[in-house]
Amino acid sequence: MRCRKCPKRAVLGLPRHNTAFCGDCLTEFVRTQVQRAIKAQQMFSPDDRVLVAVSGGKDSLTLWEILLKLGYRVDALYVDLGIPGYSSRSKEKVEQFAKVVADPCGSQLTIHAVEEDAGAGIKEIANLIKRPTCSACGTIKRYQFNRVAWQNHYDVMATGHNLDDEAARLLGNVLQWQEEYLQKQSPTLPASLEGFAKKVKPLYRMTEREIAAYAVVNRIDYLVEECPMAKGAKMLVYKEALNRLEAESPGTKQRFYWGFLDRQEKSSSVASSMSQIDQTTLQPCTVCSQPTTAGTCSFCRMMARAKTTVK
Amino acid sequence: MKVHLSHPTRDVVIQGPKRVADVFKELNLIPEAFLIIRGQDLLTEDETVADGDSIEIRPVISGG
Ligand code: SF4
Ligand SMILES: [Zn+2]
Ligand SMILES: [Zn+2]
Repeated sequence: MRCRKCPKRAVLGLPRHNTAFCGDCLTEFVRTQVQRAIKAQQMFSPDDRVLVAVSGGKDSLTLWEILLKLGYRVDALYVDLGIPGYSSRSKEKVEQFAKVVADPCGSQLTIHAVEEDAGAGIKEIANLIKRPTCSACGTIKRYQFNRVAWQNHYDVMATGHNLDDEAARLLGNVLQWQEEYLQKQSPTLPASLEGFAKKVKPLYRMTEREIAAYAVVNRIDYLVEECPMAKGAKMLVYKEALNRLEAESPGTKQRFYWGFLDRQEKSSSVASSMSQIDQTTLQPCTVCSQPTTAGTCSFCRMMARAKTTVK
Repeated sequence: MKVHLSHPTRDVVIQGPKRVADVFKELNLIPEAFLIIRGQDLLTEDETVADGDSIEIRPVISGG
């Protein structure tokens, strides 16, 4: 197969665009798509300071690399979850990328270790409060990401969520008719109340396969291994179902998610209504003063419960 | 040819030469969920893998 833009050998077919690219043209295509996402969804400008959440996986490291290549002011946060084996291997990938790629561009990595901070890894915390690991993990990651962004005056928080992630989440939300979650499925969620940073997903136009191909072509050394807790996750079932549909009818995933975004944009100005809801319901947490809808935020409540169980 | 797979990590041997598309079929995998890598190069589905080659079929779907 030949590249559709130049005479070189293609490295990836993109059935959803009815095209194929060589390594260089794929790189250009992906960066252009990300730049387009940033503009179209008003994510951030070249003056803004962006904090990327990195896990050592393909999406977050690729996002960090692309934002650097596009010339944005970007730093990264890695949350060390303290999962035996997996956490040290993923941290190693992140630190290696930081040293080799980010540091020469003046981009910094912050590491937050859950074990140092809470005295226990994510699995033990989840056990103590009898919640699924992934749910405790989500609370901690969201909290730390927002805290670091807030304390260090970042304008925006960016995550590596891609088209597959968003389409799978949308499918899940629609299957259960979780309407309140549908509202939050925009690639840009505005900042609300002081201290609650704006959240963006610059990779929402790219499939996981395109991102992984970009990472391979650009020699981004990421961790292929998955978090051991992810096994059997519902999301994987939705992703597989969507990929079967995609194989039959290329473009299904983008039509599904982008079509949703078009309708959302037409039906109401979600961005403004979201921040209005937040403005009226969010207050500073009584313990840590980060914004919350309850008196004490879910993170502080969870940690308090973990502590009382220890005693 | 030697085929390296992940989740769980394992190696299988299948008869070559074979087109990448047929490798997917033989292993009952959806192309949309994987990349095929030979050395440091990505292969498209129409390329042929020789019997003596070693390839990696790398999953691109993550659970998070
Ligand atoms: S799979 Fe679960 S435990 Fe692992 S990183 Fe994701 S949310 Fe956390
Ligand atoms: Zn080309
Ligand atoms: Zn709090």
